[in-house]
Amino acid sequence: MSKTYFEILRAGVNTTIQDKGRNHLYHVGIAVSGAIDQRNYLLSNKLIENQLNEAVIEFAHQGPLLKLKNGQINFAISGDIFFKIIRKNLEVEDGECYKSYILDEEDQIDIISTKKSTYGYLAVNGGFDIEKTWGSYSINTKANIGPNNGKKYSLKNKIFIKKPGIKNLNIKKINYNYSTDNVIRIIRGTNFNYFSKDAIDKFFNKDFLITNLVDRMGIRLKGPKLENIVSTNIKSEGLVRGVIQVPADGNPIIMLSDHGTIGGYPKIGVVISADLDRVGQLTPGSIINFKEVSLEEAQNIFKAYTDETNIYLNECN
Amino acid sequence: MIKNISNLGDTAVYCDFGSEVNEMINANVIDYFNHLSKLIKEKKVEGITNLTPSYNKLIISFDLTITNYKKIKNLIEGLIIHRDIKNNNQKIKIPVCCDDEYGLDLLRLTEKLNINKDQILESYFDKEYFCYMTGFIAGMPFLGNLNENIRCDRLETPRVKMPKGSVGITEQFANIYTFESPGGWNIIGNTPKKIFDDKNLNQPALVNPGDKVSFYQITKEEYLKWNE
Repeated sequence: MSKTYFEILRAGVNTTIQDKGRNHLYHVGIAVSGAIDQRNYLLSNKLIENQLNEAVIEFAHQGPLLKLKNGQINFAISGDIFFKIIRKNLEVEDGECYKSYILDEEDQIDIISTKKSTYGYLAVNGGFDIEKTWGSYSINTKANIGPNNGKKYSLKNKIFIKKPGIKNLNIKKINYNYSTDNVIRIIRGTNFNYFSKDAIDKFFNKDFLITNLVDRMGIRLKGPKLENIVSTNIKSEGLVRGVIQVPADGNPIIMLSDHGTIGGYPKIGVVISADLDRVGQLTPGSIINFKEVSLEEAQNIFKAYTDETNIYLNECN
Repeated sequence: MIKNISNLGDTAVYCDFGSEVNEMINANVIDYFNHLSKLIKEKKVEGITNLTPSYNKLIISFDLTITNYKKIKNLIEGLIIHRDIKNNNQKIKIPVCCDDEYGLDLLRLTEKLNINKDQILESYFDKEYFCYMTGFIAGMPFLGNLNENIRCDRLETPRVKMPKGSVGITEQFANIYTFESPGGWNIIGNTPKKIFDDKNLNQPALVNPGDKVSFYQITKEEYLKWNE
């Protein structure tokens, strides 16, 4: 019997496989990777009753055009996405996010673009037929680790499906509320005192623009120059997701999932865990503001965010 | 030992061992790293997701759904660290070809350092280096310390694409670009040796913190025929 797979008719801008990410490798220089928006990753799996840690396709801006070969599947897309389903008989349906669909042989999914966000997720029933590397399915294009030789997908690649066939799902749509709040909450970084009083005032009171230099490694911002009064370099040391580094030019950089594991620029702050999904979804041209919270507040906000994620997950049942 | 422990965001503990860069401080960092790695492997701690040792810091990342800053901080403060006498540190020899097409910055360095190419290479190959840390990109070793006469600043304008295998120097340090990557170090040669191997699941990086590394020069013919 022939295997069921997606044929890639258009690859999209940055189409990869992602999951929860890969741990215990920072010390050799390998970032955590994983879905940039972890909540939407979980939701895409839950909508088709997958295990929550199943691998999904992540796409950015313009997504892929995929044709299903040799079988039937259930699928769901999460995010703020404009997509269409092109049936075998060329009938075109407008796709709705946060809803499960059945796809038949020779049907196509055309993920045209993300709307007011950068990333979206496509999950299929039972996941993809790929191998884990160091405990994760995530593709890390910087170190060429993971499925597809660690590279983003390109035209004519095939993505094989692990357990084709369809489940009789209760088609349930959830109403996902995209937050339009552009206030990003941070905890003081380990070099907070390297910055002048004026720089700190600006950091918390002025607007910062998301530039075009945005990818899975990080986000470069542009705003008032943040004056450093101690040193614009530190001895290189570890980084984590959410760290905001400020190089000599005074413009902050926020680290995302594929970040370099060590860096030598002062850290003015760290985005709290509860705001990482939202930061990752910011689009070039958006304006953000930073607000300081304490560690205790950050922990409480994270608990509330996790509870909210669980409410959404339960809605999928 | 650890001078100060603080939080780096809400999912990491930042252990500060001092501000200088030397083998003694780094050995303390690596002792903690080895000890914690063992606890993680033996499943004696919960929730730690990553350890990042560097010259004089150790960052411990954790899963906030399982543990928190206070718990990990208490754990660290309660550790009694013994130096592991029979550590697994290795001595590694790495071949480098310094022909002009590989030693991209050698000519520039002769002007900057005011010594000739042979003197630069003699100084470089003369030493055994110590690996302080690996990272930035997968498997990149940060080695020290260079002889004083070849210490120099970074490139004023970093290269957008540093060739894979490039061997670079800056300040008191040497490194190897394990992947093509942007970079600002001064390149004196290139190695054909595989420094990072993702098929070697247990130890993908050839050089690990605490290892000793020496380099030896090879000809272009040897470089091109290199086979692992």
